Amino acid sequence: MSQNSVIEQPRFSCALGAQQTVLAIKRAVPIIHSGPGCSRHVYRLLQRGQGYVGGNSIPGTNANESDVVFGGEKKLDKIVENTLKVIDGDLFVILTGCTADIVGDDVESVAAKYAALGRNVIYLETGGFKSNNFISHSKVINAIINQYVDKNRKKDGIVKGLVNVFAAVPYQDIFWNGNLIEIKRILEGIGLKVNILFGPKSAGIEEWKTIPNAEFNILINSWVGLEVVENLKKKYNTPYFHFPYLPIGAIETSKFLREVGEFAHIDKEKVEDFIKKEEESYYEYFDDAAEFILEFRYGLPGRFYSLVDSAYSIGLNRFLINELGLLPATQFVIEDTPEKYKDKVLEEYKKVSDKREIKVEFTIDGGAAQEAIRFEQQNSKKRYEVYTFDTDTSEDKHYNRAYILGSAWEKGLAKELNCDFITIAPPSTYRLALATAYVGYRGGLRIAEDIYNTELERYE
Amino acid sequence: MSKVNITYPEVEVREKRLGSITGYQGTASDLVCKSHGCKRLKDCKRSFSQCMGCNSSTAFCQLSMIRDIAVVNHAPAGCIGEAYDYNFTYRVGQKQRGIKEVVQGRYFNTNIKEKDTVFGASAKLQKTVREAYRRANPKVIFVTSSCASGIIGEDIEQIVQDLSKELGIPVIYCSCEGFRSKIWTTGFDAAYHAILRSIVKKPRKREKRINIINFWGSHIFDDLFKRLGYEVQYIVPFSSVEELEYISEATATIQICGTLSTYLAAGLEDLYGVKEIKSPPPFGIKATDLWLREIGKVLNCEEEVEKIIKEGHEKVVPKLEKYRSIFKGKTGYVTAGSAYGHALTGLLEEVGLKILGVGIFHHDPIYDNGDENSDALAGVVKNYGDIGNFSVCSKQIYELINNLNRLKPDIIIARHMGMTTSAAKLGVPSLLLTDEQFIMGYDGVLKFASRVYESLDNREFIDNFAKHSKLPYTKWWLDQVPNYFLGGEK
Repeated sequence: MSQNSVIEQPRFSCALGAQQTVLAIKRAVPIIHSGPGCSRHVYRLLQRGQGYVGGNSIPGTNANESDVVFGGEKKLDKIVENTLKVIDGDLFVILTGCTADIVGDDVESVAAKYAALGRNVIYLETGGFKSNNFISHSKVINAIINQYVDKNRKKDGIVKGLVNVFAAVPYQDIFWNGNLIEIKRILEGIGLKVNILFGPKSAGIEEWKTIPNAEFNILINSWVGLEVVENLKKKYNTPYFHFPYLPIGAIETSKFLREVGEFAHIDKEKVEDFIKKEEESYYEYFDDAAEFILEFRYGLPGRFYSLVDSAYSIGLNRFLINELGLLPATQFVIEDTPEKYKDKVLEEYKKVSDKREIKVEFTIDGGAAQEAIRFEQQNSKKRYEVYTFDTDTSEDKHYNRAYILGSAWEKGLAKELNCDFITIAPPSTYRLALATAYVGYRGGLRIAEDIYNTELERYE
Repeated sequence: MSKVNITYPEVEVREKRLGSITGYQGTASDLVCKSHGCKRLKDCKRSFSQCMGCNSSTAFCQLSMIRDIAVVNHAPAGCIGEAYDYNFTYRVGQKQRGIKEVVQGRYFNTNIKEKDTVFGASAKLQKTVREAYRRANPKVIFVTSSCASGIIGEDIEQIVQDLSKELGIPVIYCSCEGFRSKIWTTGFDAAYHAILRSIVKKPRKREKRINIINFWGSHIFDDLFKRLGYEVQYIVPFSSVEELEYISEATATIQICGTLSTYLAAGLEDLYGVKEIKSPPPFGIKATDLWLREIGKVLNCEEEVEKIIKEGHEKVVPKLEKYRSIFKGKTGYVTAGSAYGHALTGLLEEVGLKILGVGIFHHDPIYDNGDENSDALAGVVKNYGDIGNFSVCSKQIYELINNLNRLKPDIIIARHMGMTTSAAKLGVPSLLLTDEQFIMGYDGVLKFASRVYESLDNREFIDNFAKHSKLPYTKWWLDQVPNYFLGGEK
């Protein structure tokens, strides 16, 4: 199904999407050296407001025809110089667009000029055609580490128990704020000091400066971010612990914490103590509503589709199958997974359940995914093979419904197919997320609420 | 003779066609005077700028909601990031307009990658167009270009001609590379250029029908034109290809915003004899009087129009006086695109607020019809007097903030999303008006006034928001004059 020359219904951005990673760092300022509309294309897909210095307030060169013909370095130089006067920020990251990269502007020397003057200015080539925002997320983090952190790092050696966390891509993960808060909370719960690096719970660039002091790094993702932890390993000899999906719900979060504890040789009792307390309250909430949850279960659609990146998808599959008892229909992995990681991603799906196999499709083309879902829903007369043998259940409208977990693009499809729809990915037009978490113990509870609430909404 | 020329596949950009500018600080009367040739109108370059928007968005805005089409954006994946924004408007709008089966917009992107910038991306474009045709079965496919496709020199016009033959439907090129123009409304022109060039047909007859060039606003013109014996057709969003083919048969075209529709309205008159109502759109009582009288003349129904004017005044003026007395002493600031900004300025004056300043995004000294009477800003100055602190700000928030911080208005009126936040950070309440039609005509004045009243009254959210939010600007900047970075002549 993967056709890399057709994208219907975009769900991610181009390399310039790295601007959102920069904006997620407190008081960091992107300076966009590109055509006038690029930044806005990224922002309108991924963000709902300008925050401190996003959206309409991002400095940029708004390259025009003469910049394309004669080069845009001088203009960039001027804009950087004046950005430093006008914008109150701690770190300035020049990001290029297609125009500058095709024309071949020497952006490096502009950045170097200001860095030499002691200003925190770095750069990265992010011409849209170079990659996408999953890949440029790692590239921009590495650019900051290599060009800024390395020069400004605290020289006081390894700090015991200090970890850097790299998880999902800010804004591409619509729950990134809440997710990072939860990840920080649980890691602190087992006694670690956490550099969460993005969002309001981070101390901004002061925190970034201590990246080299970490005892180890934690990567919570399928493959996005591997480039970062590998860079840190090479540069500072920092080992990393890789958890290949987002831990959602009690089973996965406890497993995650135990593995981290083991990796870091944290006192086992301490880890178990925290897990015990968390699980006690977690399961008490379920217990408290048990009658409803159990009895209403038969009103839930049995199957779910997801259209999201692999780190989310695998975590969701684990939680929805193993904790909520839903069954997977086809899972669409939308992040343009590089060939070399596809097998590893598929392996993770195999490990989700020993009772069933999960059908996985890699595609960047949402339109193709929707065609496949439409075909499956319209042609499947059976809810799931294992229970219904050859019983034709197509008349049972309710029984054949499915959940579609995806982006705003799926709202219309869900309506057309009489399915239930939950927003978990951008564009997230129909959902506002402030600090909601979809990972950890709290994330599991929230998803359970969303699954049941969506269903309750159907009733008059 | 209008400035419309559909000979070439690419539309001429506004800077060259109309002499439009994106940087100015001064007074409204001076800008009007320069626009009409009393002195030279200079564009000023900025040595600091914030990211704007580009003409690919505005082209997409007008093409994406035509009902039975597909759009193929020949670009890296990021260029079509706003697709769902428009799809949302499209879906909501279909429902509002009573279209029974709400459909999804069919928007495709060719995902131009690094190697395509070296070896070319024509094959990708062909493949995507064919796939769009297979999936969506559209009546027309528009191909929009991008900075990347433009710089690597893709011959899109040749490709779409070949594909048109192969597929048997019009495959139409719309040139909207971001770097082509500093004025993103050039994208509207690009979309209309494509429509005029490749969809609109010669009229078979003249119909008693009025074209209304608009975005997605409410249907406020139905009753008016019914009374005058005419049908109305709202274009271009939500129109079908079939309907667009014969917009050439309408008697006249009216516009809700000259900035939006200058090219299409002038083109329809020039090429097909559809009369363009040239008065600025009916925002405020005075402008509405003028606009109606021109319609009366063009449609030959002056007597009925005078009745409508009389009724409108009787209904609206007494209530308006009440609002004017409430608003006495209150001050406002307007920020919007060009023509709509002028309209909002007039309206704000009319309901009785004192205008402290205006920040419009660009300025067209003349429209495609070449008629000075279409100058809405001239109308505002004539009707309500001069306006100081008049800037052409190209959506530069740092200039806006600087202005607002100095002027401290009681309210700002905005048309574009993203402009209200900055005002709110300074504790200035704002009113965002995205439905132009809502505040048009006589009734519109009152609707506008009541919205202004509500925004002025309901301060709780803004006060709290301002208290807790941070502006990213240095103290140094706030102490400079707003046009500090606005250089001289280019």
